[in-house]
Amino acid sequence: MNKAYIFVLGGTSTITLSIFIFILMPRIQVHNINKEMISAQAPYTENELKGRHVYVENGCLYCHSQQVRDPVAGADQHFGWGRPSLPSDYIYDQPHLLGTMRTGPDLSNIGSRQPSRDWQHLHLYNPRSLVEWSIMPGFSFYYEVVSASEKPKENAIQIPGKEGQWIIPKDEAENLVSCLMSLKRDREPVKASEVK
Amino acid sequence: MMASMDAKVVFLILTFSISVLGMVAFVVALIQKQVLVPPSAAKSIFDQSEMGRAELDSIEVGRNQWRMLDQSARTPILFFIVSSVIWLAIGSIFGLLVSFKFHAPEFLGTQSLLTFGKLRPLHLNIITYGWLSPAALGVAMWLVPRLTKVPLQNVKTLFAAGIIWNIGVTLGCIGIFVGLTDGLEWLEFWWPFDILLAVAGAMIAIPLFRTIYLSKEKHLYVTMWYIICALIWFPVLFVIANCHFLHSGVEQAIANWWFAHNVLGLWVTPLGLGIIYYLLPKIIGHPIASYQLSLFGFWGLALFYSQVGMHHLLGGPIPTWMANLSIVMSVGMAIPVITVAINHHVSTYKHFHVLKDSVVLRFIVFGAMSYTVSSLQGSLHSLRSFNYVTHFTHWTVAHAHLGLYGFTSMVLFGGIYFALPRLLGRNFKYPWLLNLHFWLAATGIIIYAVGLGIGGWLQGQELRNVNGSFEQSVRLTMPYLYIRSIGGTLMLLSHFLMLYNVLSILRPQTSEVAK
Repeated sequence: MNKAYIFVLGGTSTITLSIFIFILMPRIQVHNINKEMISAQAPYTENELKGRHVYVENGCLYCHSQQVRDPVAGADQHFGWGRPSLPSDYIYDQPHLLGTMRTGPDLSNIGSRQPSRDWQHLHLYNPRSLVEWSIMPGFSFYYEVVSASEKPKENAIQIPGKEGQWIIPKDEAENLVSCLMSLKRDREPVKASEVK
Repeated sequence: MMASMDAKVVFLILTFSISVLGMVAFVVALIQKQVLVPPSAAKSIFDQSEMGRAELDSIEVGRNQWRMLDQSARTPILFFIVSSVIWLAIGSIFGLLVSFKFHAPEFLGTQSLLTFGKLRPLHLNIITYGWLSPAALGVAMWLVPRLTKVPLQNVKTLFAAGIIWNIGVTLGCIGIFVGLTDGLEWLEFWWPFDILLAVAGAMIAIPLFRTIYLSKEKHLYVTMWYIICALIWFPVLFVIANCHFLHSGVEQAIANWWFAHNVLGLWVTPLGLGIIYYLLPKIIGHPIASYQLSLFGFWGLALFYSQVGMHHLLGGPIPTWMANLSIVMSVGMAIPVITVAINHHVSTYKHFHVLKDSVVLRFIVFGAMSYTVSSLQGSLHSLRSFNYVTHFTHWTVAHAHLGLYGFTSMVLFGGIYFALPRLLGRNFKYPWLLNLHFWLAATGIIIYAVGLGIGGWLQGQELRNVNGSFEQSVRLTMPYLYIRSIGGTLMLLSHFLMLYNVLSILRPQTSEVAK
């Protein structure tokens, strides 16, 4: 037998302490905050949740954060991304999409910042047709392109600068845009007691 | 309601008491001088004839006193190493594609399967679970018998674990392709596939612990400390972090980054450091500069590194005390990092000439230097003033690659190149290809880390500029994104070379067949 037990003991206690701090404490502390507040974020509808999955599946979170920092930390508010985030803004988020990169802009309040569904669709179809300097990938595979002299379908959108060319969003694109539209975290959260 | 609250309180008290009891027991053990080590322990990795003699990359046939131990578990070790090198090649192809997509967003963009947001998590998960973990485990399995003087136990279980692990990684990747993902960074593999990884992990840890239990050594060498704790830490982290039902919202973000930073700090870092602690003195033929100092390095890492994760969420909606704690711990990491650095670099400095003759030592020393640089970088940008610039930028990506590539991967390249000839009893046919691998990889990662680091820093300055625009932050990073692709290409080329090197040594050479 040897001294291995010292390392088993020491290793186990450091990891247990770390679990205590970062897994159990937030569970208790942040959970209580959530109960006091109603979020600025409304609960997601069925379509918004489906759209949220499209967001996750296509890895939007690797370039877009959904957390706004205090003005001390950065020019977040200057860019129009809304007020600093609160824990209650995320109570319906599973999985969380806070993100860690800003290769693209923050999306905390994209629903109020860019409320046009048509703009969102055209931008998702081909980002560079609207934002010349963008390095975002296009999601053309979520759109059908149709040539027609008149609007071929209720939700068809004409491609700007291309007469008679339309894009028709598939379900994934519609849901994704619904999910983006639901992000309006520039509103103030409401206390639960003040709702009824 | 009340019942669940009570359960939580009981849990809290329980974990807190266990950790405090553990610490008390540890301090008692320290007082009883159970842990203070005799200086002679540093020499336990040498046979009498090996002291003072540099051990170079190639082996002399018929003069290897370690062969019996080395070959006690040859099959699973080779399986782990070879599969990891194949994953490395695949994972870095994805990495390079992702890099291209930053400056050529239309590139391969019409296919849903090849969109940026799928290739990026594939790159990260393949490198973490396909390359780093099995490669480090493979080298650790080769080290454990050498350090305990006991042949590896349950060899068949280990081999089966390797197969299950690889099935898990493969399924996890297919899942990401088709949209089955948990959606948390570093934890993308869909949770049912994670069960395979957890089972395989247990099947690896148990035989290793059995071997350690049977150890014939009175004192465990420093490498073993790191291996033992890594084998405890990672399974705990992985299982808890994959219980996604436990958390949502901000709490989940906290758990997410608790895991993501601990994978680095409590899994790949200890394994990487353990390998350096063995190979560096072994190759130069002299014990490590200060064996007592390595004790500080180890326990400092165990205490500080497990609590640094929240520096990934500074400025975000997390409790302030938690952010502050992580900042303090991140800065505290400077203590173990500097002690380890003194130990490694002083040992190297005294025997610098060996670098001329040993390519493996070049990999190891490069890795040790990267560890120092990337860790001090980490302490620095956990400070708020620094973090406000670097957060959300490419700087973090450059830093991550310096740690996981410059440090861990380089050490593993060295470890694999040192272990293979000793496992197989034959040498590499073209040793100059190992050297070429080193220079390609080293040049690649330097271009990558420096280039992208500068780009990220400028990007961060622009994201703080209230008179600037977001557009400017994208435009000015473009040249640096091209530079990253150049560095990445060199790294990918070096991985193909490695794949060739590893596969070619597996084949018996013609002269051996003739015998």
